[in-house]
Amino acid sequence: MNTYDIVIVGGGPAGLAAAQAARNRGAESILILERDKELGGILNQCIHNGFGLHTFKEELTGPEYAARFIEKVKAQNIEYRLNTMVIDITHDKVVTAMSREDGLYQIQAKAIILAMGCRERPRGALNIPGYRPAGIFSAGTAQRLVNMEGYMPGREVVILGSGDIGLIMARRMTLEGAKVKVVAELMPYSGGLKRNIVQCLDDFGIPLKLSHTVVDIDGKERVKGVTLAKVDEHSKPIPGTEEYIPCDTLLLSVGLLPENELSRSAGVELSPLHSGPVVDESLQTNIEGIFACGNVLHVHDLVDYVSEEAAAAGEHAADYVAGKGTESSSEAIQIIPTGGVRYTVPESVHTDKMADKLTVRFRVGAVYKNCYITTYFNDEQVSRRKRPVVAPGEMEQIILEKAKLQSYPGLKTITVKIEEA
Amino acid sequence: MEVKELICIGCPLGCPITVTMNGNEVADVKGNTCKRGDVYARKEVTNPTRIVTSTVKVKGGSIPMVSVKTKNDIPKSKIFDCVKALKNVEVEAPVHIGDVIVADVADTGVDIIATKEVL
Amino acid sequence: MYDAAIIGAGVIGSAIARELSKYEISICVVERDEDVCCGTSKANSAIIHAGFDAMPGTLKAKMNVLGNAMMDQLSKDLDFPFKRNGSLVVCTQEESLPKLEELLERGIKNGVPDVRIINAEEAKAMEPNLSDSVVAALYAPTGGIVCPFNMTIAMAENAAVNGVEFKLNTEVEDIKKADGGYILVTNKGDIQTKTVINAAGVYADKFHNMVSEDKIEIQARRGEYCLLDKTAGNHVSHTVFQLPSAMGKGVLVTPTVHGNLLIGPTAADVDNKEAINTTQDGLAYLQEKAGASIKNIPFRQVITSFAGLRAHEKGGEFIIGEAKDAKGFYDAAGIESPGLSAAPAIGAAVADMVKGDLKLKEKEDFIPVRKGIINPQALSFEERQALIKEKPEYGQIICRCEMISEGEIIDAIHRPLGARSLDGIKRRTRAGMGRCQSGFCSPRTMEILEREVPMSVYDITKMGGESQIVYHENKENL
Repeated sequence: MNTYDIVIVGGGPAGLAAAQAARNRGAESILILERDKELGGILNQCIHNGFGLHTFKEELTGPEYAARFIEKVKAQNIEYRLNTMVIDITHDKVVTAMSREDGLYQIQAKAIILAMGCRERPRGALNIPGYRPAGIFSAGTAQRLVNMEGYMPGREVVILGSGDIGLIMARRMTLEGAKVKVVAELMPYSGGLKRNIVQCLDDFGIPLKLSHTVVDIDGKERVKGVTLAKVDEHSKPIPGTEEYIPCDTLLLSVGLLPENELSRSAGVELSPLHSGPVVDESLQTNIEGIFACGNVLHVHDLVDYVSEEAAAAGEHAADYVAGKGTESSSEAIQIIPTGGVRYTVPESVHTDKMADKLTVRFRVGAVYKNCYITTYFNDEQVSRRKRPVVAPGEMEQIILEKAKLQSYPGLKTITVKIEEA
Repeated sequence: MEVKELICIGCPLGCPITVTMNGNEVADVKGNTCKRGDVYARKEVTNPTRIVTSTVKVKGGSIPMVSVKTKNDIPKSKIFDCVKALKNVEVEAPVHIGDVIVADVADTGVDIIATKEVL
Repeated sequence: MYDAAIIGAGVIGSAIARELSKYEISICVVERDEDVCCGTSKANSAIIHAGFDAMPGTLKAKMNVLGNAMMDQLSKDLDFPFKRNGSLVVCTQEESLPKLEELLERGIKNGVPDVRIINAEEAKAMEPNLSDSVVAALYAPTGGIVCPFNMTIAMAENAAVNGVEFKLNTEVEDIKKADGGYILVTNKGDIQTKTVINAAGVYADKFHNMVSEDKIEIQARRGEYCLLDKTAGNHVSHTVFQLPSAMGKGVLVTPTVHGNLLIGPTAADVDNKEAINTTQDGLAYLQEKAGASIKNIPFRQVITSFAGLRAHEKGGEFIIGEAKDAKGFYDAAGIESPGLSAAPAIGAAVADMVKGDLKLKEKEDFIPVRKGIINPQALSFEERQALIKEKPEYGQIICRCEMISEGEIIDAIHRPLGARSLDGIKRRTRAGMGRCQSGFCSPRTMEILEREVPMSVYDITKMGGESQIVYHENKENL
């Protein structure tokens, strides 16, 4: 069996950043396994701009952002294999992979970085009634068809879900000659970034209908139309509000789910809150030597944060392989999300292993205006930051300082909360 | 004085910006958290512009399409002229990031450049 | 002139075709859709009933029990997934126990092997997620689950290999009596045949009534289902029925032979025989009712929902045999539940009649077995390694959810009655059947179809007809 110090599953933004950081930290034997025919992951089909403001201080398109990392990975001679599907990972860090060229094989890794990304929720997850014709696509599938293959999957389009991919695809379809009739959103707020509503919908006069959903799909072979209805505060359609909209295409942008089939088979503990592995300050899962980063850990809003998080995972994996800081002398302090905070990543911290500053990222469960993000050490409030608005579509963060944690007597829990003014 | 409410598209923060107009002149910009916001707001109320991204066909490459963008932002009113100018454009591989695909697209003075390497 | 023309390439038409292909016969199957298994056969409970449900003495009871017994050999010969997981009918009210006894008695009379009533404790031990209110259950160990697509496709492929001609995309518009037989008027021209076999599902009444004054009437009865992710597939291991009560027939919860969890069906009569749409009410009903027998069903893990139409004849019985006033016109009509279970027996029964009437001779070179598409996941590590070495396309995964390789998809395209649409590939290989419901693999599968058939990308459909996937190149409408 071949051995590598670090095997990275996935050559998208997370895997690339992790690889590069691990190499910079001194890891020699690194292997990236990528299932697609090129590195870069989903960025390759995200041809719009808006990436990299944090990382590179300039606005790049997805392929350009990916290229920056790909060039470095190549310059650093980090080994990668394309068209390679990892089909199993074990608790003992044996990776089973296969490809056309290399066949089916196993690798023994000292450390594994999970960077598989996420997938789109399909129609079934929403249980939308109606027929099952052609013309229903997840927004990402349509994005691939249009941006990578050059084919138009629709002429008259309704989009359900105002997540960023849905908004971006509203503009893409419009600019390629389709008519986007409406974007419907189940929630009373958009799940996407505000800038995308401005530049993808408002710029083209595409209406956004909040608190609306699709209650019926018409057309046996190809979509002929969809019925929209307004929903009440429990997201239940309100009878009498139905409106039939003729169209040939329904794009779904109804949420993303971390893709954790491999993690599960390895025995990695998954969080029911963010659907990704439960990790500590080192982004290490419950299995020693298995780390996670990027959208497989939790769905991010910005790729810049993915790169940052993945770099941390890469460094921790390199340290682990080098035998540094594997043992923790301190008990883990639990980070508890409550009062509007849906989850945190990481969910625990060992003070002796953490860097001087640790970014804890989280998402909220609803829109809050003029609120405070508060942090409690045990029962004592230690910080309170005012935010004019927080929304589920955008990640929030707090920074924990090692010195403060270490000097706090008997610290067992850190609680993160949204408190309304 | 007229007041315009904008959402900044300069970065993902999406700051709500209030622009106070004195006729055609910008009197005041409030709500932005950085310089980009100020620049965006002043432009948006006088001469709104956008970066346009799209794809064109590529012949003889490892993949059939290459992604492209306007090198700089172009007037919002020129967006459709710009993508129409890309209809039927086909380039030959290899293409490198930054290669000019269409010069001075739709008389904007701005080039369309490749955003991906296709070998 | 054909000896026989079968209308409909569902599980019944395919079963009859395969049985008849054992004889020296010139035969065709006429199917309006672009593939076999496109009607009720593709949207049902996918279970092989033990046979205690139908009233003793009925054709439904007889064919069910016979068909059930044929499944082991048939699935082995034709290489499709079938498993005897056993079925339970759950009784949750003391006062309903007599009804359970009644079912037991019926089962015994119908000849269902080893059927018995078990107490709540035993039932809970067999099925830990049974509702706490269970008081007793009827257990039938011979109940099974099957892949209805592969069962149908396997029989059709085997029939094709043995000389049956399949005329797809061919819709019968009229049937005329003619000298020595019938003329089927279709959108692709006339077909002359000595005999006609009517296996047209919900449309069987239409064709029957074209030649017979002894009218039948088929009511389309819609059944809606929810399919859950494989992570929920272990929620039950048996097929769990609810005891029919005054409140209705109840819904069943069953693992599928591929490891998903299936919940359904509803039952609603519909006028439109094309109405395979699910409804808000139907899906809500399933969520509400399934809990009566099984607790904690993880409905959040629904990956798709679908509906099928049962072909309910107003008399409530299978109609199998030659029409009274139309010699050489055989019906296999009104084949609703337990039609899938009964299919092998119906196939044999109808073939027997036709054989007798046409005095058919057995074929000497009949090929009784068929090899399915290789399932690399069922191979050992070394076997799979060897397969990829020999055929590298088995090393390229196309469907990430079900882990289906390019090799399997290529095979699905090139084998007899090969797939020409995304759904055709899905039913044969399961590519696109998983939790992302083809979001990931469909563009890749399209590439393979385009190259292997070969066909234009604009002609690739989800399921034939107007179901094309992409319309034209980018910017064409600008």
